Amino acid sequence: MKKVLSLIMAAAMLLTLFCACAKTAAEKPETSNEEPAAGESAAVLSGAVSTNGSTSMESVIGALAEQFMADNSGVTVTYDPTGSGTGIESVSNGSCDIGLSSRALKDTETGLTGTTVALDGIAIIVNAGCAVEDLSVEQIASIFTGGITNWSELGGEDLEIACIGREAGSGTRDGFETVTGTADACVLSQELTSTGAVIEAVKNSPNAIGYASLASAAGQDGIRILTVDGIRCSEETVLDGTYAIQRPFVLVTKDGTALSEAAQAFFDFATSADAAELIRNAGAVPVA
Amino acid sequence: MEKLSLRRRLTCGVLRGLMYLAAGLTGALLVFLIGYIFVRGLPNISWELLSTQTSYLRGTVGILPNILNTLYIILIAMVVALPVGVGAAVYLTEYASNPRAAAAIEFAAETLTGIPSILFGLVGMLFFIQLLGLKQGILAGGLTLVIMILPTVIRTTQESLKTVPQSYREGALALGAGKFHMIRTVVLPNAVDGTVTGCILAIGRIVGESAALLFTAGFGLVLNGFRDALQSSSATLTVALYVYASERGETDVAFAIAAILMVLTLLLNLAAQLAGRKLKRKE
Amino acid sequence: MKQKESRKRFRRVMQEFCECAMHLLFLLCGIVSVAFVLFISVYLIISGIPAIREVGLIPFLFGTTWAPTAKTAEPSFGILPFLLTSVYGTAGACLLGVPIGILTAVFLAKAAPPKVAAVIRSAVQLLAGIPSVVYGLVGINVLVPAIQRAFHLASGACLLTAILVLTVMILPSIINVSETALRAVPREYEEGSLALGATEIETYFRVSLHAASSGVATSVVLGAGRAIGEAMAIIMVSGNVPNLPSLFGSVRFLTTAIASEMSYASAGSLQRQALFSIGLVLFLFILLINAVLNLALKRRAN
Repeated sequence: MKKVLSLIMAAAMLLTLFCACAKTAAEKPETSNEEPAAGESAAVLSGAVSTNGSTSMESVIGALAEQFMADNSGVTVTYDPTGSGTGIESVSNGSCDIGLSSRALKDTETGLTGTTVALDGIAIIVNAGCAVEDLSVEQIASIFTGGITNWSELGGEDLEIACIGREAGSGTRDGFETVTGTADACVLSQELTSTGAVIEAVKNSPNAIGYASLASAAGQDGIRILTVDGIRCSEETVLDGTYAIQRPFVLVTKDGTALSEAAQAFFDFATSADAAELIRNAGAVPVA
Repeated sequence: MEKLSLRRRLTCGVLRGLMYLAAGLTGALLVFLIGYIFVRGLPNISWELLSTQTSYLRGTVGILPNILNTLYIILIAMVVALPVGVGAAVYLTEYASNPRAAAAIEFAAETLTGIPSILFGLVGMLFFIQLLGLKQGILAGGLTLVIMILPTVIRTTQESLKTVPQSYREGALALGAGKFHMIRTVVLPNAVDGTVTGCILAIGRIVGESAALLFTAGFGLVLNGFRDALQSSSATLTVALYVYASERGETDVAFAIAAILMVLTLLLNLAAQLAGRKLKRKE
Repeated sequence: MKQKESRKRFRRVMQEFCECAMHLLFLLCGIVSVAFVLFISVYLIISGIPAIREVGLIPFLFGTTWAPTAKTAEPSFGILPFLLTSVYGTAGACLLGVPIGILTAVFLAKAAPPKVAAVIRSAVQLLAGIPSVVYGLVGINVLVPAIQRAFHLASGACLLTAILVLTVMILPSIINVSETALRAVPREYEEGSLALGATEIETYFRVSLHAASSGVATSVVLGAGRAIGEAMAIIMVSGNVPNLPSLFGSVRFLTTAIASEMSYASAGSLQRQALFSIGLVLFLFILLINAVLNLALKRRAN
């Protein structure tokens, strides 16, 4: 009995030691990345910034958060990939600092301010083994509403089409359905909760077609990004508007409540010109 | 020895065949599952994976934050659940003069085991995050888990308390000790083994829990110290597995986490078996 | 003299006070677990009733369309697809899992050589402890493509895949509890049966299994409870479209319905209240299944 208790004590002490060491070990690389000439404010920032929302914005927010944390070692920025609807809801009820939405705010979403930080194209993706390379917006609408059900009708193999879409609160789904005019009419075979999951599902199934964020889909093996009405989905065509299926990346803040110092600093960083390069590397189109 | 009728021989043969088929199927399933996870997971475990956090700028994946979050959440859940669970078990075995109160507590503990974890997550989110205003983090997650593991702790502690011979109690009381004094010095020290088994089982349940933590502890993959993680979105290993598998499509990392979880489960099972064997030997 | 006496009295009073305090403390601990159950039930009921009252009990339980965010039409809140899917899923998993589980338990408890039994038993216990997301991961990587190829489907994420995953998940529970019950059957029953001329197989199935039937019934109830409450594994393999259940169609269960929409339903909206109502329905459903199975199986056992 005494042996058991002493073992438990030893384990508990080892645990706390491990936790402490890990924290300091993690902080060390952060401090070595600090650039002394990065124009830091006189007061050292500290605290936690919570962001929540769009899964399409993952690579953008991930890069911005990491650079911000490297420049400000006392701040932790967390990101919850839960979908645009959740992000807007979270910032509205105060459970996160900055909401992330991959669509513009609706009129019914009052009390919130949206700041566009980038533009992103919605890529229509098919499996790499699919023969189809180009579709028109009408054909895409017809596929997703169940009008066209077999790839052979479009010049592909004789396979039944499986439409992979997103959950109802998704900004990507909202953007897709608005541009193609298929709101409430999509017949999906899977409703997934993130842009990455759609890419994975299309990668693993030769029958599948889906819509995903260009920022996440660009450069992935196993899928092909279709051209829509002959126009390639790329950052240039999104910027000049020729690629029709696109939407903004929006940082959502609540009216009337001031952000904490760290959160405001992160917000300013994300909307500044310094962030443009990071956003571009992550695959979206900066608007700064 | 008379020969069995054809009907009996047929029935026996069919049943025996079905039994071997079922056992073979189960065995094959077990071998396949365990083997597949290890084969796809173990090669992906590297020191870099275990000791860094995910970096978007460098393009690497690391699960150190998730390992730490799992440890933190075990700590919080056990620190709250252990005293309350042991206290309830002590009340049930030592003090319960009212059999209806005891029956009510036992019924409550049994009902709690049957409730699915998603409902715990729902109520946890409603109560801790919306009503009490906590932020998503390991505090809200740990407190939600307390409700889930309480029945386990109560039941195993109760069983081990029952193994303490009544003569110990009577002897202490005869020597003039008060009831609490008797419990503290005689009963509890002898019941530590069962409590330890209960703890190990509870930790096993915590490590494997994901649905209850999705909206109470969050999906955050950032490295945090203990105090920061309390109110900051922190994903445990299971939630991280879900994120990497379905949202980020990093299947290799997901299988590596799965392999780690299986090894953890194996170790916890072994520990529980050892503690259980010690308890049985005392009986 | 008087000082010593008063000190002794003081110490005795303190001791009695300590005793009372600890009694109260332990009572509180006991009450806490009852409080939690009451709390969860009351909270679910309070949060779940408003939506049922607004939508109407019959349209809610028996409506076949679930479209809470419909923009071009009126939002509809019928949960029949989820109810039926959960029922079919659990029934399917039990239909497949219970026979395999019981037969394997008989094998492990009676017919297997001890070393083989020990190895299989530890493997079963390992599987019982594995987190459900791991099952979902293997399901999404192995089962979904396999089912898609085997049945020439457009998408392998369907009710059948979910049933198979649930079956594998409830097998360890059924095997563990049934085997414990079978091994607790007194040797005299079996020896008596063998002495009367029954073969070993007949003994196992007619005598031991019958004697262990209450334990086996408990294992079935446990398995069914686990199947109906599972969320994480099946959210990855079942497709998540709120259709009426069909074996090869994409479906959503009661549990995955809550998990999918909980995060983005706006606070105070009818959608969020409808999700609480689904939670309440799930809770009542589980209580109902437990009660019915317990009564039916245990009565048969007696």
